[in-house]
Order: sequence, then structure tokens, then C-alpha cells
Amino acid sequence: MESLLLPQIPDVHRIDIYEAHGGYAMLRAALSKTPDEVTAEVKRSNLRGRGGACFPTGLKWTFMPKDSSKPKYLCINGDESEPGTFKDREIFERNPHLLIEGAVIACYAMGVTTAYLYVRGEYKYWIDLVQKAVDDAYARGYIGTNILGSGFSTDVYIHRGAGAYICGEESALMNSLEGQRGYPRVKPPFPAQNGLWGCPTTINNVETIANVPIILRLGAEAYAKIGAPKHPGPILVGVSGHVNKPGVYEMPTGVPLVDIINIYAGGVPGNKPIKAVIPGGSSTMILRGDALEGVCMDAESLKAAGSSVGTAGLIVMDVDTDLVKVLQRITRFYRHESCGQCTPCREGTGWMEKILTRFCNDDATQADLELLLDVADNIEGNTICALGDAAAWPVQSMIKRFPEEFEKHIQEPAAT
Amino acid sequence: MQHTARLSDENLRRIEELKKRYPHPQAVVLEALWMWQGEHGWISEDGMRYIAQLLGIPDHHVFGVVSFYTMFNRKPVGKHKIEVCTNVSCMLRNSERILRHIEERLNIKAGETTPDQRFTLVEAECLGSCGTAPVMQIGDRYYQNLDPESVDAVLKELP
Ligand SMILES: Cc1cc2nc3c(=O)[nH]c(=O)nc-3n(C[C@H](O)[C@H](O)[C@H](O)COP(=O)(O)O)c2cc1C
Ligand code: SF4
Ligand code: FES
Repeated sequence: MESLLLPQIPDVHRIDIYEAHGGYAMLRAALSKTPDEVTAEVKRSNLRGRGGACFPTGLKWTFMPKDSSKPKYLCINGDESEPGTFKDREIFERNPHLLIEGAVIACYAMGVTTAYLYVRGEYKYWIDLVQKAVDDAYARGYIGTNILGSGFSTDVYIHRGAGAYICGEESALMNSLEGQRGYPRVKPPFPAQNGLWGCPTTINNVETIANVPIILRLGAEAYAKIGAPKHPGPILVGVSGHVNKPGVYEMPTGVPLVDIINIYAGGVPGNKPIKAVIPGGSSTMILRGDALEGVCMDAESLKAAGSSVGTAGLIVMDVDTDLVKVLQRITRFYRHESCGQCTPCREGTGWMEKILTRFCNDDATQADLELLLDVADNIEGNTICALGDAAAWPVQSMIKRFPEEFEKHIQEPAAT
Repeated sequence: MQHTARLSDENLRRIEELKKRYPHPQAVVLEALWMWQGEHGWISEDGMRYIAQLLGIPDHHVFGVVSFYTMFNRKPVGKHKIEVCTNVSCMLRNSERILRHIEERLNIKAGETTPDQRFTLVEAECLGSCGTAPVMQIGDRYYQNLDPESVDAVLKELP
């Protein structure tokens, strides 16, 4: 497949080069259509969000009210803090104008007059790169007032976060943008009705928005034929952990995980067998290395395998990995990042970390294992936002699929 | 109230510009805090009150915001804050060795500052750079694919 999100064009991050290769032509094309036509095209493409939940993008856009007395907003989610995820950064660095072009098209389709790109605070270097691209796009009339003489106007602003994973959750992101603590909001109301400052708002991931000009260029029907039929398009897969060539690889959806590991990422060092993979960032359910045959990087296949695509951040662990130690570290992360609003999440993550630390110290009992599962089960589904689930799933899946890893650390109770 | 420390005129002008991007000045609070930290290295209570007054929002609101976000320093830190990622992808590529190595070199533990106030060392959560693990951040810069030798080179280069 031709690289669409990260094309092999030297210096395409520069506006001249981007334009020379057809950049911003799709914005021009979109502006000559009606907003509804653009949304319909995105809907027909079957693009699904790349931020974790695989929600159909065109459908999400139709939730925005057509007539609104209030301003409408687009938030582009570049918080990218899920462990194992480092793909949006690649777009910031290598193809920022694709993101900007997509953002302005999305604004036009939804009647949005202000878009905010929320980027994690640590990415200051990349924020500066994208800011330069935004400035250039303003200077050429692709953002701002009366864009390309169409009469449509919109602004694109970058908003820097300050270190909080939870701000990637869409309602926490909106609170953070408003200058509050990043607490997730109870839903409903949903953002399309009551989002930023109580106004209709859509939140989309960076990579999702970058797909929009590609859809218009190829046409929805051709786009929908790329990769897995129910979850089509190009996807950025970040491979990390025990592989020879870690990195971000663009591919069509639906590539077998073993091919991603062995062909794209150069296999496992020393050709060691794979013990486990986490397919889509730390919150997705862990899979056994000996059960990867036929499992592919798309929503349907990973669901059937008992996991999910998440952010397509594939973490590979070889046979010598201590999975309990990995799980302890992941759980410590969720405990640290819990915003503390919900008791099951706040208390449960701390409790799970403590139990897992006992396992790491070979100081755990059989009862600890049952307790651990019990705590995880009590978090899942009982919280305001999905961070609670994200903390529970790795624990539940690890206990189910790797019981032997826990057994190794259990001390036989001394006979009394 | 009079403040002993303040933001530079340039930053004050910039804040006025940024306010135009949002319907409420409160939305500028993170950026204003970034500016404060950039000028002063950390954010004192006095700084928080100053920013609250600047944006016309309650003091306690700014206190709450500062304590929520991990990148804001609520007490002085060393000239160079070294943040070593120890999350899962970095852990799989031996970030622990990097952390221990820096602890030895600087003769401090994670969470501490060297007596000469030059370095503060902390453990970081995933920096979004897992493909080039292990990784550390110092200021705005990322240092990737680390090993003890490259760490030594970085430490030597720092002003
Ligand atoms: C705890 C938590 C963290 C999240 N972090 C991110 C993130 O960093 N980036 C992102 O795009 N989506 C993140 N999401 C998902 C967003 O809530 C939202 O679903 C997504 O941005 C929507 O974009 P999409 O429809 O284009 O996928 C997170 C969700 C949760 C529960
Ligand atoms: S689930 Fe956790 S992170 Fe989400 S709102 Fe509740 S306490 Fe906060
Ligand atoms: S786990 Fe270290 S950068 Fe992601």
C-alpha cells in the first residue's frame, strides 16, 4: 500500500512541498461541496476513530446540531498518553499539514468556527513544529477568515496540556481546555449537545482527522476498500518492546499481528519466542504469544480474539518477560493517573497495585489472586469514565490468560 | 495585592493575545502557568495568586489546577529536571538500568535534587516515545534510545 498518512516525500512537513504534492487541494474541493456532502463522504468511507474506541467518525459528526445559536467546536485530541502509543507524534513531525487540512475540512463539514488541538505538555518540541505549520497555513489563507474565498471562516489553535493522562479522555480534555482540573464529566449530556462551555463539540483523535483529506482524495468507496472491510483505511501501528525495529509503521488495517512483528518490526531479538503481546496500548487486553495465529490489527479480529485495537500501540514481550512485573507497572500507572472522583477507581487501582507488589516480592498468597480479580471486577463498569475499565482489563485478562505467571510468585502457606 | 515576582511584559502581551482565542480568560490558565514556570523555574503560591488576579479567577481555582497537573513544579527543582520514563515499553528495554545509572552518577535517588541544585531526577510515566525506548526528558528535549554511555554524554553536555 502507498503510504498515505506518512508519505515518503522528503520535507513534506513544509507547506511548499505539501502543496506541490497536491496538499490543500482537498480543502479546496471540500469547500466547493456542501457541508452535508462532505460529512456523507466521510460516513461512506467507514472511517472509525483512531483514538481508542473505533467509533464511526462520519456518524459522530452527524450528532452535531445543524442549527445552533451557540458556537460549535472541534477538539482534536493529541494528548497521546496511553503507554505504548506514540503515533500522533509522527503526524505532528512528518505531516502536520495533512492534519491541518483535515481539521479545516472537518470544521467546514460541521459548521465549526474554532478548532482546538490539545497536545500533551511533554510534546513541547512537537507543538512548536505544528505551530509553525499552522502559522504557514494561516499565511496562505487555508485557515482564518474567508478561507480560499469560500466565505467560510475558522480558526485552529493549539492548546498545551501539562501532564495528566486523564486529559485524553474527551470530557476531561474539555474541562482542561476550559482551564479547570481535568476531571471527566458524567455522560449524558454528550459533547455534541453540551461540550466546551456548554456548546456543541466534537472530539476526534489526531490520526482520525488526518484521514479526512485522504478519504476525499481517494473517494469514499476506494477508501472503504483499504484493509479490513468493517474497519478500513490506513492505520499507524506503533510497535514497541522486544522487537528488533521498534517504531511507527503505516499499513492497511487487518494485517496479522505476527506479520507486523516479524516483517515490519524485524522480529524478536535473538529469535526468542513471544510470551505475550498487548495489541493496542496498555489498557487493551493482553494476548498469549502462542495464540496469535490469524489475529489481525482491526476491530473485528481483535474483538474475536478477546482484546481490542485501542490506539494500535503493539507491545511485544518475549519469553523471558516477568508478566507480573509488567502488570504491576501498568497498574501503578493507572493508580497514579486516576483522578480520584470515583471510589472504585481511586481505591481499587491502589489496592491492585499493592497486591501486585506483593506478587513481585514473592510475598503473595492464593487468596491474593482471588482478591485481585475481585477488585478488578468491581471497578469495571462502575465508574464515570473508562479509565476504570482501562485499569481493570489488563488485570482481568492477565489472570485469565496467564494464571501460571501468578502461581510462580505465590508462597505456599506455611503449614501450622 | 502587591507581588514581588511577576511575568515579563512580553508574556503579559502574549496572554492578552491568547485570551482572544477563548470565550473565557480562565482557559489561558495553563499557558500562563507555563510562562510563570518558564520564567521562575517553579510555581510559588505568590505566582498562583498573581495569575489568578491576572485572569480574574479565584486563587483557589489556580491552586487546584496547579496541583492537578504533574508537569508543574510546586517547589524549586534543580536547573535540569531529568525525567526517566519507566513505563511498560521502556521497562521492557531496561529503563531501570538507565535510572540506576543516573542515580549513581548524580549520587541521588529518584525524587531528589543534587545539593548543588543542578539536577533533579524523577521517574516519568510514558512519554509517548515508546518506539525509541528507553527515553528521558530534560526540559523540552527528549533523549531517546538511551544506554549508559549516551546518558553520560548527555549529562556532560548539559550547561
Ligand atoms: C483515560 C482515557 C484516556 C484517553 N486518551 C486519549 C488520547 O490520549 N488520545 C485520544 O485521541 N483519545 C483518547 N481517549 C479516547 C477519547 O475519550 C475519545 O474517545 C477520542 O479522542 C475520540 O476520537 P476518535 O473518535 O477520533 O477516536 C482516551 C479515553 C480514556 C478513557
Ligand atoms: S474512572 Fe477513575 S479517572 Fe475516570 S472519573 Fe472515575 S476516578 Fe476519575
Ligand atoms: S513507555 Fe516510555 S515512552 Fe512510552
